Amino acid sequence: MSAPTQPIVDAGSVSFSAPASRFRISWSSVLLPTLSVVGALALWELISRTNTISQRDLPAMSTSFRALWSLLQTGSFWWAFLDTVRGWALGLGIATVLAVPLGIVLGSSEFAARAFRVPIEFLRPIPSAVLIPLLFLTLGTNLKSEVFLATFGAFWPLLVQTMYGVRDVDPLALDTGRSFGLGRVERLTRITLPSSVPYIATGLRISSTVALILAFTAELFMGTPGLGQKVNIAQAYGLSDQLFALAIAVGFLGLAVHLVVSALERRALRWHPSQRQDVA
Amino acid sequence: MSRRTYRALMIAAEIAVPLAVLVAWQLWTVHANSPKFPRLSTILVEFQHMWLFSQFGAQVVPSLIRIGAGFAIGVAAGILLGLPLGLSPLLRKLAMPHIEYWRAMPPPALLPISVILLRSIGNTQKIAFIAFFCMFPVLLNSIEAVRGIDPTLVDTARSYRIPWSQRIRRVVLPAAMPQIVAGMRNSLALAVIMMVLSEYFAATSGVGYVLLISKNTFQLGPMWAAIVLIGLLGYLLNALFLLAERRALAWHRGWRAVSPE
Repeated sequence: MSAPTQPIVDAGSVSFSAPASRFRISWSSVLLPTLSVVGALALWELISRTNTISQRDLPAMSTSFRALWSLLQTGSFWWAFLDTVRGWALGLGIATVLAVPLGIVLGSSEFAARAFRVPIEFLRPIPSAVLIPLLFLTLGTNLKSEVFLATFGAFWPLLVQTMYGVRDVDPLALDTGRSFGLGRVERLTRITLPSSVPYIATGLRISSTVALILAFTAELFMGTPGLGQKVNIAQAYGLSDQLFALAIAVGFLGLAVHLVVSALERRALRWHPSQRQDVA
Repeated sequence: MSRRTYRALMIAAEIAVPLAVLVAWQLWTVHANSPKFPRLSTILVEFQHMWLFSQFGAQVVPSLIRIGAGFAIGVAAGILLGLPLGLSPLLRKLAMPHIEYWRAMPPPALLPISVILLRSIGNTQKIAFIAFFCMFPVLLNSIEAVRGIDPTLVDTARSYRIPWSQRIRRVVLPAAMPQIVAGMRNSLALAVIMMVLSEYFAATSGVGYVLLISKNTFQLGPMWAAIVLIGLLGYLLNALFLLAERRALAWHRGWRAVSPE
């Protein structure tokens, strides 16, 4: 393959990864990001060590990572970590179980979609965080509240994506199925569901991030056990080393959730690489 | 059933269902008679009493200023960073690890840190916090949009020797705009959420602050009124944005209508 001077255009979308560049990818796509991260960490260390921002406000990079290291060796950190992950997983799971079937119903019936349009359009943009004071008073400061909040937040993107996905099924495929004598259930499992998987997967990716944020938010503001509660305690006692260490850890948790779900999404869509749209 | 009766029935349902929900709420709360779930009528009276408009200037305006300024700064930063990152693979490689890390960070984790680093619990910290997290949807969409521009467009402009500043303004920016605007809509929804979160934490004014204080003092009517207000705020801002988007991108919609994908 010769190195093309012009980018290759395929099927309407523009691909910038020209074949020849695939062989050059190795050093620049590993080295440059690494250098950039190392540079940023060094800059952080420098700013703090030279007291450009006082070390009391911004603990040095090395101090923060040392604090993280010692946190990682405590059991209480891992329990908190598991609590947060549990809140996230339960919230996302319950939201999926509720939103996907409901989305299928609302997506396949124009009547149902119209009937519930106003309540959905009204509830969806409500920031889930406004429910925190209400949950305080009703469910209390426990796992139930945390899961409720995560579920509520994760529900909407999934519902909307599923609705769009079901509505976007090729009518020709459905008609073909009907004329081949497929029943309602079979049409649903063989045509509608598979063809809306890309939309549902995108919804799942958005919701997984939202659920984590809300599980953490519930812990921070309501004091349910978890990493959020640890941040709250570190803040209350002015332990800024721990505060930064926890923020780093939470960032990596967020990154891990994002990467894992994105990878799952890519796997689920391997058979269906195009037709994927972000409507939320 | 004829097509017309079906359509009429649908419109009837669209009006009836929300009304039924509200009536059910009123009936249920009258029946339950629980202070935690005040009647709809009580909430509405409280809402009118607090927000129309005795506390509007003192509490709602600060929140709106924070949303507005944070959103504006976040969007501007997202576009200004996104254009060069979209155009240069080198810059993308340098920046991507940072972007991937920070966009995945659950925002509240940075609330205490933002208070410490900015030495502020006022507008500076709130606006910076909102702006930082509003930046990401716009930034990511700008990068993707610029990468996705038909290279023929850019090459044509270049072969006509249109200077690069003009190329950016006349070719790259308009071509990327629809996707950037889609990012802006996500950012606006985020701005409302970030406003509430930042006002929960170390605040002295704003609707999020009122909500938290009402809960802490067990003033349940005002608490519900604040919840309704923030819900309305999110709804109205989104609706306003859609309206503005339809006007600003009218050229794009017209173009899409005549040229199939």
